[in-house]
Amino acid sequence: MKKSVFLGALTVAGMVAGSAAAATLDDVKARGTLNCGVSTGLPGFSSADESGHWEGFDVAVCRAVAAAVLGDPEAVEFVPTTGKTRFTALASGEIDLLARNTTWTLSRDVDLKFEFVGVNYYDGQGFLVPKELGVTSAKELDGATVCIQTGTTTELNLADFFRANNISYEPVPIETNTEARQQYIAGACDAYTTDASGLAASRATFEDPTAHVILPEIISKEPLGPLVRHGDNAWGDIARWTLNALIAAEEYGITSTNIDEMLAGTDNPEINRILGTEGNLGEMLGLDADWAVRAIKAGGNYGEIFAKNIGEDTTIGLARGLNAQWKDGGILYSMPFR
Amino acid sequence: MENTSFVRTEMLPETEPPRSTTGVLGWIRDNLFNGVLNSILTILSLAFIYYLLSMLLPWSISPTWGAKSLNECREILGATGREHGGACWGVINERWSQILYGFYPEELRWRPTLTFFLLFVAMIPILFNMISRRMNWLLLVLVLFGASFAVENSALMVVVKIVLGLSLAYLAYTVVKTDRDDRAEQIKEGAKRLPNPLYFTAIYVFLMPWLLWGGSIWSPVAAALGFLVGWLAFRLLAPIAGNLASLILAVIAAGVWWLLLIGPFTGLMNGLAPIGLIPVESRLFGGMLLSLTIGVVAIAASLPLGIVLALGRKSDLLIVKWLSVGFIEFIRGVPLITLLFVASMLLNIFMPPGTDFDIILRVIIMATLFASAYMAEVVRGGLAALPTGQYEAADALGLDYWKAQRLVIMPQALKISIPGIVSTFIGLFKDTTLVSIIGLLDPIGLSSTIRADLAWNGIVWELYGFIALLFFIFTFLMSRYSMYLERRLRTDHS
Repeated sequence: MKKSVFLGALTVAGMVAGSAAAATLDDVKARGTLNCGVSTGLPGFSSADESGHWEGFDVAVCRAVAAAVLGDPEAVEFVPTTGKTRFTALASGEIDLLARNTTWTLSRDVDLKFEFVGVNYYDGQGFLVPKELGVTSAKELDGATVCIQTGTTTELNLADFFRANNISYEPVPIETNTEARQQYIAGACDAYTTDASGLAASRATFEDPTAHVILPEIISKEPLGPLVRHGDNAWGDIARWTLNALIAAEEYGITSTNIDEMLAGTDNPEINRILGTEGNLGEMLGLDADWAVRAIKAGGNYGEIFAKNIGEDTTIGLARGLNAQWKDGGILYSMPFR
Repeated sequence: MENTSFVRTEMLPETEPPRSTTGVLGWIRDNLFNGVLNSILTILSLAFIYYLLSMLLPWSISPTWGAKSLNECREILGATGREHGGACWGVINERWSQILYGFYPEELRWRPTLTFFLLFVAMIPILFNMISRRMNWLLLVLVLFGASFAVENSALMVVVKIVLGLSLAYLAYTVVKTDRDDRAEQIKEGAKRLPNPLYFTAIYVFLMPWLLWGGSIWSPVAAALGFLVGWLAFRLLAPIAGNLASLILAVIAAGVWWLLLIGPFTGLMNGLAPIGLIPVESRLFGGMLLSLTIGVVAIAASLPLGIVLALGRKSDLLIVKWLSVGFIEFIRGVPLITLLFVASMLLNIFMPPGTDFDIILRVIIMATLFASAYMAEVVRGGLAALPTGQYEAADALGLDYWKAQRLVIMPQALKISIPGIVSTFIGLFKDTTLVSIIGLLDPIGLSSTIRADLAWNGIVWELYGFIALLFFIFTFLMSRYSMYLERRLRTDHS
């Protein structure tokens, strides 16, 4: 039976491909689950516990979208993707949403025909060095050996940075983050460079994390965000405004604990519009009025998600930094709900 | 001058061999220190082994089995005051079942376990010829009886358990009561033999996917019926239409069944008797379960395919020959990774969204094609090693092509190729870990997922060591089996 379906499907491929791609929301609703692409494993961002339940900072985005659309944060099929398979999985329709620490770049947005729906983590490339090296700035790394993952943008950023500052370095190419960590501990390189969040996660696993410092220089911009396919703007809007709702909820002090009180009505019309007690924003998105309430309840607002998965109380211990709300000195800024 | 004889005329009495050549001392002298060079090598090797063990043993003997995170491990080890640390076995304790089964639902894990043990029951009649039919059926009932305890209790299960238990007792009793010779005697006198256990092997081919993926029982039944349809068509048509024509018609009949009639049939039977298991999606497969599923199916399918390709390559039929050569050279010229990427990405793009062409099935097909190309060359090596006289002798006996292959050529060629075939199998089994690159969570892929858990971030050697041990068990069994097979099939007199 599979075979006949397969052959039949091939013949009508052209017809179906066009129409199916255009109505992701209907597909998701009909299926009853959201297919969400996540990393096969990145500390704090996506990981599975011993019973196979996924959690993490990127995973929380998937759950929020599933809660907004389907009403159930557990109605997500997590598709583990690698750096190589993630874009094909999204382009082919195997997944509806990709939340896998993916840097928003022009070529990915335009050439690969994707649509980034926002930024859920502002990252940047940094350096990790042992304290005993006595270095306080990346500009003092003249002549240092640097562990670097090959084939990534970090390699190019590194070359640019050292050339711009007119200092020399010796790259030690490595393949994976795990390998880099081992090499760095073994002393094969003076410094390890990758995204600052990754450095923090690696440092947290060392026997003595305080013996290592992350240098203050951030040498690249890595805005990481969830993305969807080009061409289905209605679906992109839902993902974008779900993310915005999480960010705005933190800005206006809506948390998973006080949201039920706020649902009774508040003096702030913006909060009322987010929670659907005023206006018809949900209807405009093709959802019901409670969509944002469910999204926020799924894992809390942006701040709660951050604190739970990668914040200062976790072993990763990332400070909010750039990812603080715009009012608190960060650049996190939700568009108005109006 | 007296005549002196230099030849001894009487035998010396037998004496014990010198102490230095017998017992432990003699063995050591013979095998470890017979010469300056060997003595030096022995001492160097011993020093190396001591060096390895002195690092490995203190590391691996570590009281961290109950730890819940890497930090807890470090606390435990710190409390014991060790200098060089130790292994953190808590991760294996917490995640071993995940490394074995992936995300397969816990309450359904009896199904892959049962499939795994039934695999041995199904393979034994093929792999060994020393086990009697009764033993094999006894084994099957034993496995089923064991499995019946894993399923949750219900009135039906109690009945099943009693039936299985009784038949187990009866079979065990008969096996114990009559030994092999008695049984042979009984059979000679006309006692009914048990059915050939190969029937179960044939059933297992359809049973395995059903147990693993679940779903309606009628899909595998319908797939199996296709073969029955083809066979019946052949039997009915052969007297009328001749062998070749009826073979072609039988293939067409089976094809019509599979493509057109199978849907209505399963629909009808599901309506009449909706029997089935809870379906499990491919996405939930992982760990050794995934590696074994891909490995076993690809191994089982690649040998016959490889033989056909090898014969095709040596064939006189031009088109068959060039097709085989083209296939083999193309597949061998492409890395397995590339084929896996084709399976996971290109096919995805070519097929319309929502097409349900299982990713594991795609990977299995690619792995099978890959292994069968190598297998074909291994078998061709065996064919080439046969003296031409064997081919000519088969022709002289008046055997047709297939009979010559089946009775004369293949038994010898395959025997020669056993080491090559088994190393292809082992290579294929280990290559299954490459699927982690396309996002499937085989043991290696799972190890990075486990490391992503904040509690276990930073653990490397313990996970890799455990996975290596699992793989070693299977590959070592395979290589031992191939050595057994070589001994069994040895026909020379050396």
